[in-house]
Amino acid sequence: MGRSPIDLAYFIAVRLLELIPVLLGVILLTFFFTHIVVPDPCLAWNPRAKPDVIAACRQFFGFNQPLYIQFEKYIIQLLRGNWGVDQNAVPVFPVIAAALPETVELVLASLLLMIIFGILLGVIAARYAGRWPDHLVRVFYLSGWALPTYLAAILLAIVVAPLVGLPTGGDFSVNPPPFPQPTHMSVLDALLAGNLPFTLDAIEHLILPATALAFLNLGIITRMTRSSMLEVLPMDFVKSARMKGLHESTVVYRHVLRNSLITTTTVLGFTSSGLLSGTIVVEEVFRWPGIGLYSYNAVIEYNFAGTIGIVIVFAIAVVVANLLADIVYGLIDPRVDWR
Amino acid sequence: MSAAPTVAPPRPAGLNWRDTVDEAIRTLRANRLTAVGFLLVVFAVLLALLVLGVPFVSGLLGHPTTIVPYNPNGLSDDRLQGPSWWPWLTDPGRWLTSAPNFSHLLGTDELGQDVFSRVLVALPLDLWIGIVITGLAVIIGGGLGLVAGFWDAPGTVGRWVSAIILRVTDVFLAFPTLVLAFALAAILGRNLNATIAALTITWWPYYVRLIRGEVLAIKHQGYIPAARIAGASELRILARHVLRNLLEPLTVYATLDVGTVIVTFSTISYFGISLPETTPEWGSMVFQYQSFLPTYLYLVLAPGLAIFVTVLGFSLLGDGMRDVLDPRTRRAYARVKRELPAPMVMPEGSVPDPSSRR
Repeated sequence: MGRSPIDLAYFIAVRLLELIPVLLGVILLTFFFTHIVVPDPCLAWNPRAKPDVIAACRQFFGFNQPLYIQFEKYIIQLLRGNWGVDQNAVPVFPVIAAALPETVELVLASLLLMIIFGILLGVIAARYAGRWPDHLVRVFYLSGWALPTYLAAILLAIVVAPLVGLPTGGDFSVNPPPFPQPTHMSVLDALLAGNLPFTLDAIEHLILPATALAFLNLGIITRMTRSSMLEVLPMDFVKSARMKGLHESTVVYRHVLRNSLITTTTVLGFTSSGLLSGTIVVEEVFRWPGIGLYSYNAVIEYNFAGTIGIVIVFAIAVVVANLLADIVYGLIDPRVDWR
Repeated sequence: MSAAPTVAPPRPAGLNWRDTVDEAIRTLRANRLTAVGFLLVVFAVLLALLVLGVPFVSGLLGHPTTIVPYNPNGLSDDRLQGPSWWPWLTDPGRWLTSAPNFSHLLGTDELGQDVFSRVLVALPLDLWIGIVITGLAVIIGGGLGLVAGFWDAPGTVGRWVSAIILRVTDVFLAFPTLVLAFALAAILGRNLNATIAALTITWWPYYVRLIRGEVLAIKHQGYIPAARIAGASELRILARHVLRNLLEPLTVYATLDVGTVIVTFSTISYFGISLPETTPEWGSMVFQYQSFLPTYLYLVLAPGLAIFVTVLGFSLLGDGMRDVLDPRTRRAYARVKRELPAPMVMPEGSVPDPSSRR
């Protein structure tokens, strides 16, 4: 059995190596697709500019060179850590690097909500399988799925927010806040600065967007918890736990749930892609200064360097999320062989 | 004395339409919510056919008519001041907006356009998009997945082809759905064909994974080598044994997916990058009307609920079918309902849940 830390390290290394061809493919595809379909971004950026301005713009960004030379230059710059500049000649890397932690914060907050409510609802649905609480839970999580993200977000932002008195724009009420933001995660930054009012303010700003994002993806966790609990419930050790005279809730939470959570963790990796797509819409509606908002703007404004940068970040995020889910699964389930 | 009852010989197992119908009825009866989903889907499809079919047929008969009460793009101020459907929704009376009343079932928007008509004419469009994209993704992705799963014996050309297919699929799967759909839709242009192309390019890779996983699982079943020993050709094995066993998981996944496609399409049209602005579409209507929130809630709720109900129909149906087919949850149903559907193969792992796509 290969379950030593060395085996695990080998497993992680192989998975990260597999990421390289995927990243290359993603970069190649995005680069050529954007540059072929929009051959002259200078014209798209300034449709009314004079010809000499357009010519200067082409010269500046190098669009007058053959495409393969542009690509070669781009890749060389990328390997040196230079991710290129947007249409205003602003380097995209610092912008993305500042926006990413904001999105990570939002995603983590909604993951927390998803795990708490998803598992709770899943347990209810499994205990009352086929009866009305089960149906109710099913309608609830399928509603989250059937409700388009933007609709849930605008209803929360415009109709619900005034009722409950929660803020809906950005990450702080006062922007920028009166302390440094080393991590670019609003709650963490405020905590590090020891500023309690701003911490509470940041949490309040986080609630609604995180709820919108969590509601959409709740179904996956609920479903997995429910079906894996239904698999465990008829097993013999559950019967013997009941016969020992244990309280029903002890049986359900200590014995059944714990054994069914193994399969639930694996689907957390699958939700990463959905959560990232969801951030584009949620951040746009709630003006959350994260990578989703940036990516929408980058696509719309023909910001090619920004678009490729976003795609790189998203591709890495999806692969790493799946890798993490696999690792957690392997740590919980002793049958997993890392080799 | 009556004759001994004749026992009918058991019908040979196999797929015929009667078994299929039996199976479908059993699935619907296993969970009432599944039946609700089925009815919602049937209703939506029938309504869409009426919206498209009535003008066509009546045009052929020489008396063109339609079930859409008003011109969806008709800018008019002929709103009739009938009693409102919901007394608590006061008629704002600004612009040409009117609250729901008996002549305008869902009221009129700020341009005096009948909201009910606009929601109604968008139904065939959204359903069409959902079904066409899913169909194209099944054909393209499913076909590639079949190739990658079936012909991957080491040391053959098929192995190389499979490896290439899988690498390309991985690249496409690394894009988040919405980023890819946005980028493609923004670049390809604002028309129906460009939108269909953008969504299809986004959608096919999932089916490569799904079908390949299924084919690999089926290949390890005993009946495949048995058929081979019995002298069946590869194509016959593929058609009779592999394809037939793929039908069930594919039906479940595709049913769920139609709803997901509709939501994604409405999302890119909400962001205004899919179709010309004048085309009535649910997503773009929500965007158009959201500036009138929270006062004119019904303006947003009309197209919003249309999407919600349509997609909910597909998800209830697909989710219920999946539950009955899933060996882990089937037992619980059998305990509750005393109905045990025939055993089937269900996809295990490796394929993301369709709801994780948005």
